[in-house]
Amino acid sequence: MNLFDLLLATPLIAGVIMSMIGHRPRATLLNIAASAVTLAAALALAYQVLEHGSFTAHGQAFFLDAYNVFLVSLTAFVATSTAIFSAPYMRHEQAIGRVTAERLRLYHAMYQLFIFGMYLGLTTNNLGVLWIALELATLATVLLVSLYRTPAAIAAAWKYFIVCGVGIALALFGTILIFSTSSEVLGHDNAALTWTLLYARADQLAPGVMTIAFMFLMVGYGTKIGLVPMHTWLPDAHGEGPTPISAVLSGLLLNVALYALVRCKTLVDGATHSGLAGKLMMGFGLLSLLVAALALHRQRDIKRLFSFSSIEHMGLMTLAFGIGTPLANFAGLLHMTVHSLVKSGIFFTVGHAAQVMGTQQMSNIRGLVRHHPGIGWGLLIGTVAIAGFPPFGVFTSEFLLLTAALHTHPWTVVLLLLGLVLAFAGLFRHVQPMAFGIPPEQVNLVHVNMLPVYIHFGMALWLGLAIPGFLADWYQTAAALLQGAVR
Amino acid sequence: MTQPGLLQQWVVVAAAAMLLIVFALLAQRHMRALLRWFALQGVLLALTSALVAFVAEVPELYVSALLALLLKGLLLPWLLWRIVIRLGVHREVESLVNVPVTLLIGAALVLFAFYVSLPIEKLSQLVTRNIIAIALACVLLSMLMMITRRKAITQVVAFLSLENALFFTATAATNGMPLVVEIGVAFDVLIAALIFGLFFFQIRRTFDSLDLEHLEEKQ
Repeated sequence: MNLFDLLLATPLIAGVIMSMIGHRPRATLLNIAASAVTLAAALALAYQVLEHGSFTAHGQAFFLDAYNVFLVSLTAFVATSTAIFSAPYMRHEQAIGRVTAERLRLYHAMYQLFIFGMYLGLTTNNLGVLWIALELATLATVLLVSLYRTPAAIAAAWKYFIVCGVGIALALFGTILIFSTSSEVLGHDNAALTWTLLYARADQLAPGVMTIAFMFLMVGYGTKIGLVPMHTWLPDAHGEGPTPISAVLSGLLLNVALYALVRCKTLVDGATHSGLAGKLMMGFGLLSLLVAALALHRQRDIKRLFSFSSIEHMGLMTLAFGIGTPLANFAGLLHMTVHSLVKSGIFFTVGHAAQVMGTQQMSNIRGLVRHHPGIGWGLLIGTVAIAGFPPFGVFTSEFLLLTAALHTHPWTVVLLLLGLVLAFAGLFRHVQPMAFGIPPEQVNLVHVNMLPVYIHFGMALWLGLAIPGFLADWYQTAAALLQGAVR
Repeated sequence: MTQPGLLQQWVVVAAAAMLLIVFALLAQRHMRALLRWFALQGVLLALTSALVAFVAEVPELYVSALLALLLKGLLLPWLLWRIVIRLGVHREVESLVNVPVTLLIGAALVLFAFYVSLPIEKLSQLVTRNIIAIALACVLLSMLMMITRRKAITQVVAFLSLENALFFTATAATNGMPLVVEIGVAFDVLIAALIFGLFFFQIRRTFDSLDLEHLEEKQ
């Protein structure tokens, strides 16, 4: 069994086992162990790609190149630390009676299935299978969003299901349209949906059909990315689900959807040579940035606050990939990494804060620094990092993005800066009193594990101070890869 | 000329029938009739797949025809009907917008779909502007149905009708997607339908009704 099979099979097998024993106290250990095994496999695969270049597995069915192997490693890393965080978190939720043992079993099984869906989507060489994998990941998380069975949670899950279901159905329509023209070129079988073969012959695909197809893919996968105006499901799903799920939704699933869109964009650019795809992405990106930055000011629920911050950052990334120069792509990839790390770290902190205070309402969360310095400072550092303050990686990527935008589309810089400043103000007006305000008299006693949070923030700090050489090379290869097909 | 020409004509007939069925779904006021039309849509999908499989000699499509017949023509409508009976919601389907207005909006959507498809040139025997336009119209009409219906079950029927329209596009415009993809998508749809079923009971237990307006109120 080679490394690649290990990567895909572990979460699947773990998911099946979890569906039987996921309610036992030891199940959390298995959850962590399975995630750790995939992390090891992912890192080994990344090393392989770094040393020997991209390769395909199982014939043409799967492929790994600089772009997706980096996302696989990131996914594996965040999934592992989320599993570590989720163990004490879910134990507390069970202790206060928010979940029963039976639902804990569902939770663990679906968590692994969700991770499997993301790996499948990232590594598959087939456009159709990518769609199936994303739908699978969505379906797995629907049941997780409604885990608490409160009216609000069920409403949120229903909305998530319907909005994302329709959105992703549109992406399927786009995929069918691509197949209708590519099957004329590559023959009527799987080859016509295979990325590696499609890229090579992109200029033979009918530009008219590809343009229409991209509109559908943009709206379809854009719904999953959480771009405005298709973002309505996102704050609800993040706000009502268990916090570990909010962390992986924000940190990982949105990335995978963006990955799918960027792959499609590269392909469509190769066929149309019009740059229309990039402009569409820029438009959606800017709109998401501005709307989310304004919406931040009006939030009352702490998890909804940070989910709007996710929309804002997905908008930034979409903008970066839409600009599409190597520098912008570099910025987009770096931003993907640091956003995943920081945002999942923030959600861990927020989860603890909400457990300590027994509420998600920000007006009731006060003075964290005073009685839980770990959580309070964690929240503050995380907010500083996500708002784009200099020592952290988010600053670096946003700065690179601004530079890239200045080179190609100077007018966007005004809107970009406006959005960033608005978002910064929106976050701090809420977080400042939560950290330093007058604490309530009674707080819950919670077993807090801040280690994953500090590791995440530490890595974001490291990426901001000095991007290690191999990682920079890697980003450059991936950025050139995304640019390459345009030529 | 004989075989592909014949196929194309049959596919166009099937496309027209598909559009009619979606309109029928849109106009339906009764749950039982709605589910009947939905089942018919699944059968039409299966027939189209079998037809294309036979004429264009794509044996793979027989599998998806069988899948469509079993899953969409029989299993899903039957399951939905069982749920409707168990939840006792087989009365009239209220709609937010009255039926004639809905149908007029639907007609406008069909025009819009044809307008959007204008840039598609004729690529081959199969991929014609008309097929793509009708398929797009079916997708849009299903979405309209989702918007105008109030009950959770009708929304699900609309969602599944949307999936059917997509499958129809794949069959009619491309002779079907590769088998792996078809089966994968069918599997996802099945899981989605099961989750929908679970949700009906959760919504019902929590809100005492399947009326989606309550979902908004109690938040």
